[in-house]
Amino acid sequence: MSYPMRRSPLAVAGILLVAAILGFVMLPAVVVTITAFNDKAILAFPPQSYSWRWFERAISYDDFRKGFWNGLIVTAWASTLALIVGTGFALALHRYTFSLKSTLEALLLSPLVIPHFTIGLGLLILSAQLTVGRGYPLVVLAHVILVLPFVLRSVFISLKNLDGRLELAASSLGASPRRVLFTITLPLLVPGLVSGWLFAAILSFNEFTATLFVSNQATQTLPVAMYNYVREYADPTLAALSVIYIVVTALLLTLANFFFGLGKILNVDAH
Amino acid sequence: MLMRTDTGTAAPSLPEARPAVQLDGVTKQFGDATALHEAWLKIVPGEFMTLLGPSGCGKTTLLNLIAGFLDADAGEIFIDGTLVTETPAHKREIGIVFQNYALFPHMTVANNVAYGLKTRGVEAGEIKRRVDEALALVKLTGFGDRKPRQLSGGQQQRVALARALVIRPKVLLLDEPFSALDKNLRAAMQIELKEIQQRLGVTTIFVTHDQAEALSMSDRIAVMSAGRIHQIAGPQDIYRRPQDRFVASFIGDASVLTGKLLSANETMAQVALGPLTVEVLAAPLAGLTAGADVDLFVRPEHLIPVDGDAAGTGLPGTVRTQVFQGGHVDLYIDMPGYAAQPVLLRSSGAHAPSMPKTGDLIRIRPASTDLVAFPRQGD
Repeated sequence: MSYPMRRSPLAVAGILLVAAILGFVMLPAVVVTITAFNDKAILAFPPQSYSWRWFERAISYDDFRKGFWNGLIVTAWASTLALIVGTGFALALHRYTFSLKSTLEALLLSPLVIPHFTIGLGLLILSAQLTVGRGYPLVVLAHVILVLPFVLRSVFISLKNLDGRLELAASSLGASPRRVLFTITLPLLVPGLVSGWLFAAILSFNEFTATLFVSNQATQTLPVAMYNYVREYADPTLAALSVIYIVVTALLLTLANFFFGLGKILNVDAH
Repeated sequence: MLMRTDTGTAAPSLPEARPAVQLDGVTKQFGDATALHEAWLKIVPGEFMTLLGPSGCGKTTLLNLIAGFLDADAGEIFIDGTLVTETPAHKREIGIVFQNYALFPHMTVANNVAYGLKTRGVEAGEIKRRVDEALALVKLTGFGDRKPRQLSGGQQQRVALARALVIRPKVLLLDEPFSALDKNLRAAMQIELKEIQQRLGVTTIFVTHDQAEALSMSDRIAVMSAGRIHQIAGPQDIYRRPQDRFVASFIGDASVLTGKLLSANETMAQVALGPLTVEVLAAPLAGLTAGADVDLFVRPEHLIPVDGDAAGTGLPGTVRTQVFQGGHVDLYIDMPGYAAQPVLLRSSGAHAPSMPKTGDLIRIRPASTDLVAFPRQGD
């Protein structure tokens, strides 16, 4: 049973308030989107005349293309490595009790409280000391450290929600621990693994602060390339890039929702 | 087929048969707490044995030890004559049905049932034949392609049972399997489970806190509390000859009347109950001397009203409440001097019109040969 909507002054005020909040949230994206179509080479709002030329430049600009591919490589490696390492740690933390367990847990989750620039700076000093170049391995390592807590948490929560009796039932039916892991535990963890990987990938692809320290011209990712660009130019190319970013992300999420159901992937759905 | 004897608590036909399950002094500690203290138990092949007790009594710990989900701290466990104390769960060949059924949610019903056959490397045609057979046994033919979440609670339980039975386990373990079902379905499933168990002759260990379930289904019951097995006997013996105060008060209703020990021989003892003298089993009172205070435990259906009010024929009391329950009628009687709590007398509902009402005076006496008394507990 639902109550009929009354157009009382309070209800109207409420609707206006919600609209205002939504507008405020959307405002930056709207401004940037409109700016991206400005024909002039200035970041001004609102534009006098419109064109697509900054989109062309964003797509064809060499550093952006390179940064995009660098970002994809780093993200793929970092989130996959973090998924494997994080799942291993999550299983160990969930299944076994050992001394220093809480210490290990705190250490693994500590990147949440350590600023990104600290991690970047630390790795930079370390790599200089060990005369290791600022190549992909260093950038990937920084990203693994940064996203590991998120993967760990995601998998750990899925493990906690997994009914331990399923594994017991399987072993009573003759399945070895290894067989239980591959036929029961991991298949049931898939939503947690996918959501953990997805979080890691999004964070890694967008990571800027630590990457700024540990990357060089050859390994810089898209956010770093964007930062370098804005130091030299002040045209709407970045705004155009932002629009591309938003559209591509929205398309990917739509696809993910279509194939898996978004609630499931983000682990917010009860089922 | 097992015969239930009315006398004694010895396991039926034990000496000849090799026990299907045997526990020799099995102990389990959780930190400082003793979850199970030196459990000794022999279960006959084909027997339906129930572990009965309140939550935290150690019955589930005992089940997990037999299944191999926990390691015993002391003692030995044998299944079918083989020592399995150190054997991991997946090599013990036991079937288990959990309270929540624990069906694999990512598999169809047929694949759930087939799981234990696949781990054993049974070939595909044989798996299909046996899965169909198992589903037919639990009346779920045609449900093989469904997912567990598409089934009702009762159907899920049948799948869990089929999955456990299809591997032809040496022992079937049931961990409170009925507690998630509503009352009517529970009764139907109890009968069905018992029928299947008898038809297959599979040795079964059933864990429950529900005494009615235990009394109606079991060949024998092990009554447990605080990590100890108090008594192992058939349902009737458990009810009629409880071995200690815990069993007497946990199983069925019982009122406690205060008496004095008069005399005792090898088997029977005489207890004075006011002006009355009643006979009880001597064993629980061993070591007491004449004149000692004892507590007499009386079942509500073992008390009867006495006609007339001649002193010496019954104990006087006042009816506190009369509760009519259809099939039977309950009287709660205040008996100061004889009982600290109101005494419960139960009679057929047919007698209700002639029974005393609230506030009436009444005389009652125990009328049964199944009376037990225990030494008075200091309070």
